[in-house]
Amino acid sequence: MSHDEEVRDARFAGRFDGDRIFKGITLGFALTVILILLLMAAGMAVEALPAMKRFGWKFVSGSDWDAVQGSFGALPYIWGSIVSSALAIIAATPLSVGTAIFITELAPRKLGGAIASLVELLAAIPSVIYGLWGVVVMAPWLQKTVEPFLIEHFGFLPLFRGPPYGVGMLAAIFIIMIMIIPIITSITKEVLLAVPQSQKEAAVALGATKWEMIRMAVLPYGRSGILGAVILGLGRAIGETMAVTMVIGNTPQISLSLLDPAYTMPSVIANEFAEATSKLHSSALMEIGLILLALTLIINITARVLIWSVTSKQSAGGRR
Amino acid sequence: MFNKMRSSILVLSALCAMVGAAGAETLINGAGATFPYPIYSKWFSEYAKIDKSVKFNYQSIGSGGGIKQISAQTVDFGASDKFLTDAELKAAPGKLIHIPTVMGAVVVTYNLPGVKTPLKLTADEVAGIYLGKITIWNDPRIGTNNPGVNLPAKPIILVHRSDGSGTTAIFTDYLSNVSPEWKSKVGMGTSVKWPAGLGGKGNEGVAGQVKNTEYSVGYVELAYAMENKLPFATLKNRDGQYVAPTIKSTTAAAAGAAKHMPADYRISLVNQPGKEAYPIAGFTWLLVYEQQKDAVKGKKLVEFLKWELKSGQKMASSLLYAPLPENVVKMVEKSIAGIK
Repeated sequence: MSHDEEVRDARFAGRFDGDRIFKGITLGFALTVILILLLMAAGMAVEALPAMKRFGWKFVSGSDWDAVQGSFGALPYIWGSIVSSALAIIAATPLSVGTAIFITELAPRKLGGAIASLVELLAAIPSVIYGLWGVVVMAPWLQKTVEPFLIEHFGFLPLFRGPPYGVGMLAAIFIIMIMIIPIITSITKEVLLAVPQSQKEAAVALGATKWEMIRMAVLPYGRSGILGAVILGLGRAIGETMAVTMVIGNTPQISLSLLDPAYTMPSVIANEFAEATSKLHSSALMEIGLILLALTLIINITARVLIWSVTSKQSAGGRR
Repeated sequence: MFNKMRSSILVLSALCAMVGAAGAETLINGAGATFPYPIYSKWFSEYAKIDKSVKFNYQSIGSGGGIKQISAQTVDFGASDKFLTDAELKAAPGKLIHIPTVMGAVVVTYNLPGVKTPLKLTADEVAGIYLGKITIWNDPRIGTNNPGVNLPAKPIILVHRSDGSGTTAIFTDYLSNVSPEWKSKVGMGTSVKWPAGLGGKGNEGVAGQVKNTEYSVGYVELAYAMENKLPFATLKNRDGQYVAPTIKSTTAAAAGAAKHMPADYRISLVNQPGKEAYPIAGFTWLLVYEQQKDAVKGKKLVEFLKWELKSGQKMASSLLYAPLPENVVKMVEKSIAGIK
């Protein structure tokens, strides 16, 4: 116990147990969060039990989804969720990191500030607005301009086959990408701002150009933070419901073509839950929710592990 | 500590009771279908002006939710666009009765540049299109009924609802009724496994997709199609007439069904006889227990239902719902007299 603490304890002794109460309350809050997660998972598992019992692992590997016949397989939804989020992340990461580098390192201060606040504004837009814009503006543009171009010039690839619907996997990837760019950008920006000035100055003093300074001094320092930003983006991407539902075409199929309509896990829950009248149907939707929850947990845990491994390597090897 | 808590709870509940007594207001809770929500909320607000001692609270959570909640007795009435199966009725703790309130219809809409006159379609053609068998607009099956219409040699792009909905239930009910192949392959329901096409969320999703995509076809609810002035197909009904979807032709479908209306009103209104009957129509129902647990609430509920059948029906057309035909209103009035 340090001297300060002793003094404080002496002062409050016998009068006031504030710290202990405060600790107890905050502990209660923290436990509540964990309890909510556990209760949610348990509640969903109970609801999902009939579907689990009925279909077993076939639920995950099957691709027949027929509420009338009572036959449910979730593979097209899992596929749609993973593919749309993964491709959106791949497209959004360089854009976001590039924007963040421009804002923090290259842009004149005023311009950088303006761009940064615009990006943050994007993050505050509700997803249904993105969806509306996607349906009214983006999908027709994709349908009339982008997709015919892709079909004409890259139609030999299986990725760009089929009629241009406008809505579909490509539209979903676009909309998710636009929605996660602000998150990744603003977190990456904070991470880069935290890079010590001395670090950068040292690189420049050694004769590094601006690009070399960013590559060797800034990015390695912020690696774990940037990774965290990307994972947060992925978390939002995989759970995004409204905007995706409005533009993905909602057809449960596994197709290599990005032009084809697809379906995601959150979308099918949002679409079908309210009118799911049979027990098996709502139970199957619950199981999809459970899979989504598990997937999100796996992503987050992987992110943690990745960040740990990067930071421990950094500290082990010393900061370059 | 506990005593203190108990006494404060007592005070609180006494307070609640006082507030309740002061207003002397009966609160009747309902939940269910989204399709009739606009007319129900209009009815409830109009009725509040007539009978100030009762307040209706309706949550439009979907037919599925409505059936679940009334079966669990967490609400005083449910609402659904689909009637309950025998198994569902058996699972309910008491005898549930169906009360048809208004009717809806489903419109086949399309995007055919250059085609001005309403397209004429037969039941087989609608089923053929949605089964993915008629894939091209200038298919001779469509052409023979539409002389003079220049049908393009373009593939038909199919759009359907992706969200579970009463609209889909009525539409697939129609397809199952007119096409044995549809019945065995797909069947009817609020969400089905579509053989072809892409899904849009809500009426607006389907309509938007059809509007944006040339050579597409979709189906939307009558009210939505009328409000947005969407092009619609006239459909050949059971009596061989081509009928445009209107409020009048929808009501005519129920009038045609009145002769063989079952006492519990669990009837689908698709493909009904009658020269003027539009073939893709359906009731929406309120679900009420015949034996009411709370006598006061039950009495108020019956009073409301009586009002709804008289004055309420007149408000239907202005909100683009089809009112019940006269002969059905008479039947329903008799049925609600049995609610205790």
